[in-house]
Amino acid sequence: MTKPDLALRMYRQMRKIRSFEEQVNELYRGAKMPGLAHLYTGEEAVAVGVCEALRQDDYVTSTHRGHGHCLAKGASADRMLCELLGKEEGYCRGKGGSMHIADHENGNLGANAIVGGSTGIATGAAFSAKARGTDQVAVCFFGEGALGQGVLYEVMNMASLWKLPVLYVCENNLYNEYTHFSETTAGDMAARAASFGIPVEKVDGQDVRAVYAAAASAVEAARTGEGPAFLLCHTYRYHGHHVGDVDRGYYRSREEEERWQNERDPIALLGAWIVAEGIADEDELERIGRDVADEVAAAAEHALAAPFPDPDEVDQHVYA
Amino acid sequence: MSTPSVQELATEHEGTREISLAQAVNEALAEELRRDPAVFIIGEDVAEAGTPFKVLNGLVDEFGPERVIDSPISEAGITGLGLGAAMTGMRPVVDVMFGDFLTLVMDQLANQAAKIHYMSGGRLKAPLTVRTTLGATRRSAAQHSQSLHAWVAHIPGLKVVLPATPYDAKGLLKTAIRDDNPVVFFEDKMMFATKGPVPAEEYTLPFGVADVKREGEDVTIVATSSMVYVALEAAELLATEGVSAEVVDPRTLVPLDREALVASARKTGRALVVDEGHQSYGASAELAAVIAEGAFWELDAPVKRAGAMDVPIPFSPVLEDQTVPTAASVFQLAKSLVGKG
Repeated sequence: MTKPDLALRMYRQMRKIRSFEEQVNELYRGAKMPGLAHLYTGEEAVAVGVCEALRQDDYVTSTHRGHGHCLAKGASADRMLCELLGKEEGYCRGKGGSMHIADHENGNLGANAIVGGSTGIATGAAFSAKARGTDQVAVCFFGEGALGQGVLYEVMNMASLWKLPVLYVCENNLYNEYTHFSETTAGDMAARAASFGIPVEKVDGQDVRAVYAAAASAVEAARTGEGPAFLLCHTYRYHGHHVGDVDRGYYRSREEEERWQNERDPIALLGAWIVAEGIADEDELERIGRDVADEVAAAAEHALAAPFPDPDEVDQHVYA
Repeated sequence: MSTPSVQELATEHEGTREISLAQAVNEALAEELRRDPAVFIIGEDVAEAGTPFKVLNGLVDEFGPERVIDSPISEAGITGLGLGAAMTGMRPVVDVMFGDFLTLVMDQLANQAAKIHYMSGGRLKAPLTVRTTLGATRRSAAQHSQSLHAWVAHIPGLKVVLPATPYDAKGLLKTAIRDDNPVVFFEDKMMFATKGPVPAEEYTLPFGVADVKREGEDVTIVATSSMVYVALEAAELLATEGVSAEVVDPRTLVPLDREALVASARKTGRALVVDEGHQSYGASAELAAVIAEGAFWELDAPVKRAGAMDVPIPFSPVLEDQTVPTAASVFQLAKSLVGKG
């Protein structure tokens, strides 16, 4: 049973991610953002459900679709938007951008533009936590596309051998870029981790309460020395692979998109549960929605006005 | 810029011993493991086996299997794991048995480790050391004989070290482990038994400081790793013909002591670069370019290069021996450079 304050916090976080991604899309469409971004819209319950089960000093590694993980782990919308716009005040002084946001104060070791590229880092952070004798846990977020990368299997093998406190969170949003996973993925996804002796939990990735429950139990096990776990979250990416991927008819139908948005939306599902449980009413939920939308809008305004880094910074931070 | 030569050191330090390069590496690792609990070693057969080259013999006995860790045969995985540990408070030394296996770890090194400090705007650090090998003529054929240091030297964010002597290897490896950046440390597998003077007392050596291994007046031979010995032998041969060769060892490719290379070439007016990587698009090209740009007006001849032939390293000794620079080939090249060829 999800506690009322946790439910409301998770609702707020999911709404914030939704607003943030809408804002990013708007900035892109208005030609105010350099480059591209990969939106997390639709998958909010995975990041929020997992990160609510973590402490601030726990680690996460993220992906090219990483805004949701970053916000859910505690980052501020304004410093994130500054980073997306290449501004000095951004988390990486404008050097990383959307695909490389890291927020070390909240344990976010970075988004990663290589599919599966951060699996080693997450596993190493878990190794480090164990070697240093802390009870920190590391979470490795990746999409189902990363199941095609060999390094994931190398590090899952070591994590299981050495009982490392790492949680592998696979966000199966059905599409490796523009290709349905069934065309790229043989056999059973869960069996991959299970074959290393890693416990696998299959989770409805649109149900944040289910994600939280599964993550909390896996995190607790990892923290107490029981080793890694693998969460296989069934979810859906509302937008295209990136903001510019708008004509998607050749790889998925409008009907499929609408079905997920109308029937399986993680925010609507949690909202309905909150109302049914009498934790809050519709008005209060809308007030939360307006609050976070205002916060994100103010962050965007701030980021647009914020200064770029000094051009002289180009060759700073190559070496520590 | 040059630090005391090996010969000078032998007389400077009390208690200097003759030890092998393998022993020097072993001592550096043992001292750093003793000094800093954040240091650990991970790699294939690094514990009881002490690696196939036996360089790590005995370390697991003193430091235990939690700090000298036998890993699966997963080069990318252990490098990625090392990186994650480095970013969160540890100082891993990842053992990549053969330099040829760098091909398997390039994403972790080039895309991840090299860039994390920069991509994070200076907020994350990766104090990771990757020890690996280079060098041919061990009759190990095409996939165990390459010298791939140019691959990593090309990537900003990585530091690249190529010691030639036991003294340099020990001092530079300790510096590598203490450095807050990813460092790729290359040992020529043919040099593990090579002996040299090493002080008993503790020392470190700075990166980016070349060492003049032999002073001379007529021609500069810039040589890396085991090519230093090839160059020194060639210098002996040149001396019998009345040619005085200076042998300069950059010791680290990144950072590179450009001033030392240029200063020597300005002094002698002629320069030759000897490096065991493939000659085309290799480290020798960069070193030659540095000299050409920095000493152009003092040079009496174009800078020459001697690298490995642009062929996969063959197995048969009669074929393999042709592929790498030798004292005889460097001697001939240097002679032609000074107009005596």
